[in-house]
Amino acid sequence: MTAEQIISAPKLIVRDLNFYYGADRALKDINLVIPEKMVTAFIGPSGCGKSTLLRTFNRMYELYPKQRAEGEILLDGQNLLDKKQDLNNLRAKIGMVFQKPTPFPMSIYDNIAFGVKLYENLSKHDMDERIEWALKKAALWTEVKDKLKQSGTGLSGGQQQRLCIARAIAVKPQVLLLDEPTSALDPISTAHIEKLIDELKKDFTIVIVTHNMQQAARVSDFTAYMYLGDLIEFGDTSTVFTNPKRKETEDYITGRFG
Amino acid sequence: MLDLYTRRRIFNALSLGISVLAMLFGLFWLGWILWTLLEHGLPGLGAHVFTQTTPAPGSSGGLINAIFGSVMMTSVAVLIGTPIGILAGTYLAEFGQRGWLAPLTRFINDILLSAPSIVIGLFVYEVYVVKVGHFAGWGGALALSIIVIPVVIRTTENMLRLIPNSLREAAAAIGAPQWKIITFVTLRAARAGILTGILLAIARISGETAPLLFTSLNNQFWSSDMNQPMANLPVVIFQFAMSPYEDWHSLAWAGALLITLSVLTLNIVARVMFRQKSNSQ
Amino acid sequence: MTTLLHEASLKRQTVFDMLFRNLTRLAAFAVLALLAAIIGSLIVGSMPAINAFGFSFLTSSAWNPVTDEYGALIPIIGTLVTSGIALLIAIPVSFGIAIFLTELSPRWLRRPLGIAVELLAGIPSIIYGMWGLFIFAPLFADHVEPWLNDHIGPLPLLGPFFSGPPMGIGMLTAGIILAIMVIPFIASVMRDVFDVVPTMLKESAYGLGATTWEVMWNVVLPYTKIGVVGGIMLGLGRALGETMAVTFVIGNAHELHKSLLMPGNSISSALANEFTEAVGDLYTSSLIELGLILFFITFVVLSLARLMLYRLAKGEGQGA
Repeated sequence: MTAEQIISAPKLIVRDLNFYYGADRALKDINLVIPEKMVTAFIGPSGCGKSTLLRTFNRMYELYPKQRAEGEILLDGQNLLDKKQDLNNLRAKIGMVFQKPTPFPMSIYDNIAFGVKLYENLSKHDMDERIEWALKKAALWTEVKDKLKQSGTGLSGGQQQRLCIARAIAVKPQVLLLDEPTSALDPISTAHIEKLIDELKKDFTIVIVTHNMQQAARVSDFTAYMYLGDLIEFGDTSTVFTNPKRKETEDYITGRFG
Repeated sequence: MLDLYTRRRIFNALSLGISVLAMLFGLFWLGWILWTLLEHGLPGLGAHVFTQTTPAPGSSGGLINAIFGSVMMTSVAVLIGTPIGILAGTYLAEFGQRGWLAPLTRFINDILLSAPSIVIGLFVYEVYVVKVGHFAGWGGALALSIIVIPVVIRTTENMLRLIPNSLREAAAAIGAPQWKIITFVTLRAARAGILTGILLAIARISGETAPLLFTSLNNQFWSSDMNQPMANLPVVIFQFAMSPYEDWHSLAWAGALLITLSVLTLNIVARVMFRQKSNSQ
Repeated sequence: MTTLLHEASLKRQTVFDMLFRNLTRLAAFAVLALLAAIIGSLIVGSMPAINAFGFSFLTSSAWNPVTDEYGALIPIIGTLVTSGIALLIAIPVSFGIAIFLTELSPRWLRRPLGIAVELLAGIPSIIYGMWGLFIFAPLFADHVEPWLNDHIGPLPLLGPFFSGPPMGIGMLTAGIILAIMVIPFIASVMRDVFDVVPTMLKESAYGLGATTWEVMWNVVLPYTKIGVVGGIMLGLGRALGETMAVTFVIGNAHELHKSLLMPGNSISSALANEFTEAVGDLYTSSLIELGLILFFITFVVLSLARLMLYRLAKGEGQGA
């Protein structure tokens, strides 16, 4: 049974993707399908290419001169690696949350409004509503509703990360990329965010990179195991964790690895 | 004969002692110069300094026209130099990964940073004073702005480089165009540091004398016309200190104290401000 | 959603991006244009003198506004000699200060002392000049120069450099004031450069039982020598171009003396004193040519300094 057969509604299709840091090949012929409105997790030891793969989905690598990707990534059938694809437009459709919280140096309100204003002309009232909606979705509303004018950098780490999630979903993207979103957080904040991911998958297609296998097992529907730039195994999470097809996956999951 | 170990220890103690002396030597001059300024400057620093204009030889007066001229020319220099400096510094930090322009500009800028300021005075004399036919406040401001630019470029670039790439990525990830990422996010995050650079640039030019000698020159009278020769503290201090009159010497000391105090205050404020900013991040 | 608005706004953003990038590039380019303009205007300004005197300008010690004959030898020598004296004093002192700041100072004292050194660098040069003329020179004339006359004056070789009337002002005084001015520059570069040395490298030397001095001299200094020389060159660049501190105390005499106690002239002080009073094209042009020579010398020195400091910074990146 191949992954393509499992997935009836593909959101992203990755075909023969190769990625280079200068002369180093960091991803090798990746083929993968990301299902719509589900959570897909990328796991693997550090340096395996899981973050690199995630960052090709919104072409974040283009900020750096020596990095390039070859192959195809189709979003609803459109190749987003196509040079003609407008980068900012693409990134508005594919949101991203990073390892460390990255609040902008402005108020909580403006942190969220910043992205929305880029693509929509909302009235004050609509903007207020949108911000409330995003903060509620990110389960942060009750904590910050009285201090929206305060600086976003003044929040706690867990709150900052939820602010970043609110900021990402406020522009109503179709896909949400989470790059180890809880690695810098305490266990309580981590639990908050995991619960949030479960909620968010009703509206968004979510791809999460995590080094924490339990987290992948808890939050994801599908799991991809990567090693040294290769996609070793991809399947629904319960199969990958309980009955892996490949010996390497089993070694990693049972901790006999590295 | 001492054994090797003891000899090494004695030599170490000796050389470290000398390094302590070197430190004291450096502090000694700072202390001595500040003390001299207070000793000679304070007695001359009365209300008349701030209410009267510079006197004719042998008579008494104040420094108000010189203070005003210095403030005017410094402000104009900062207004001209800061935008150019911030833009160029932004180019070096944000767009300078490829191509030849950024490395070359960075190199030339670092040289201009310590280029002799008197040559900048000569330059402005050649391209401005000769063309308009007389010394003028604009010329002085122009010369000072050329000194401001490299300072602002250097600090802007350094401060922008301190901003973690993750912040740029986060802004890019919601689809912000580059000009918005830079103006609304990175420059904003670096604003305390850039402001520090501007303060340091003001400190740097407020004592500059050499570039003003051939540009704004001096003016014994009150003048707010930037098209005329303009009085300014450094040149007044220079002329008065070199003169044979006691009254003038006392005014020169008062002016020297004023300049030094403002330069030191600017330096300390800039440092404290930057430190607070780096602590809060 | 509002697709039309979307498309239009996207197009606008691309245009803004391009405008913004080109605006910053223009500003960066302005720096290069500025340098070219400075060099160009100095060359144009000195053409009359270059045509009149050619290369002999560099070797002639004439300076006579009456006969309109000018040569750069005396100011060039004055500039080089005063800067040389400054470096002789400043290098060891700065090295000592940098060792103290990086290795010896208690942690809590490091910051205030670092700031004090930087404040010393922040004091405007005109203050150094005034202080030198009114405070330092008289003391120097009364207490130090007679001693130099008595004790070093009779020595062979060295003697002639240190004998002469104790006037207080002169090349030696100018050199000392310059030294005080450049010490903070060199010291803070050295300190920054020493901080680059990996702690592990120092610790492994200490682990072998090396004393602090041995670690500094045998490990830290060789590791950072390019940067240290770069810092010294940076200080030299400052000293060569310094105007006001020198103008007050050098004596402003177009004379060539063997003795360092006698007055002389430097390029920058000749400019400061004579430029606004210069009458006649050739006189002005000769002064501008002096400025051109000064700019050329400092440009070369500062370029070398920067190249050395860049190399150190690059090496650090590769090591990590």
